Amino acid sequence: MKSRVIVITSGKGGVGKTTTTANLGTALAMMGKKVVMIDTDIGLRNLDVVMGLENRIVFDIVDAVNGHCKLKQALIKDKRFDGLYLLPAAQTKDKTAVSPHQMKNMTNELRKDFDFILVDCPAGIEQGFKNAIAGADKAVVVATPEVSSVRDADRIIGLLEAAGLTETRLIINRIRGKMVKRGDMMDISDINDILAIELLGVVPEDEAIVVSTNRGEPAVLENISRAGAAYRRIARRLNGEEVPMYSLDDPENIMDKFKKMLKLAR
Amino acid sequence: MTLLDVLSRIFSRESVSSKDVARERLRLVLVHDRASVSPEFLNSLKEDLIKVIRDYLDIDEEALQVNLENEENSIALIANIPVKGFRRKVETASS
Repeated sequence: MKSRVIVITSGKGGVGKTTTTANLGTALAMMGKKVVMIDTDIGLRNLDVVMGLENRIVFDIVDAVNGHCKLKQALIKDKRFDGLYLLPAAQTKDKTAVSPHQMKNMTNELRKDFDFILVDCPAGIEQGFKNAIAGADKAVVVATPEVSSVRDADRIIGLLEAAGLTETRLIINRIRGKMVKRGDMMDISDINDILAIELLGVVPEDEAIVVSTNRGEPAVLENISRAGAAYRRIARRLNGEEVPMYSLDDPENIMDKFKKMLKLAR
Repeated sequence: MTLLDVLSRIFSRESVSSKDVARERLRLVLVHDRASVSPEFLNSLKEDLIKVIRDYLDIDEEALQVNLENEENSIALIANIPVKGFRRKVETASS
């Protein structure tokens, strides 16, 4: 299989880039793929704690790029899956410690050993963003149903196109079915109309994400997490499978039915 | 939608749901964002406008101004084109 370098980006901070990277990486590894996740947020690294791998870091991306260690030495093997690795960001340097050229060389080297190279992009549109997209074939833009996030996503899509990345797909994150129903949150079609790029998936707001991040265990490992289920479906789409879009109604209806059944049983 | 939601919708002064407000505000702000992100956009629009108008009017090309301006809840393309004189004969493409 041809390996793919996919950058996960958003422009705005706090919309779920790192959570998305961790969950998609883990879900792809669950499917038996060889995956490496690269944290390019130098100075503000977080993918390690979301993955629960923060205690295993010896070398980081800056060490690997500057030749202080071999690239393979900087890769941290996941504790759950054999094919899953993390290349952590440096915490003490700044974003200029790596150049777009170096990033491109590094992702090309990783292509030899991995099916998926997921690049977790920092917020913003400066050097860190330029580094993150340098070696990517495709981009995934994460946006939440808020004006600030959608506006930044629009800007990012423009910058990706200008950089020659035309295969950009959208993940709408943290959508709340109840708010959409009462007209207080933009729905999937509103955001789709505005951004006009292909929809890769929709992830519902889910408290399980907070719990799983607390524990350092991605939500895709949890069977009952709705967000985890959504991420597993997105991972299959990234792998080229046709998977029906997540419906905002279904899970609630199932839960409602379940509640009704319980009431009837009493 | 619960009964409470329906009642509050009926009796509230704001009849437009907040997501429609969000969508409309986004639409407007993105017109501006996209235009300002690429200054070439307004420049090439300006050049094309000159090309078209030149056939009909004698205009002051140096003083021509083209801008996007915010109105109450819409965006208008405002062009200020000083006219120096009319062309005696309109030259069509076919002639």
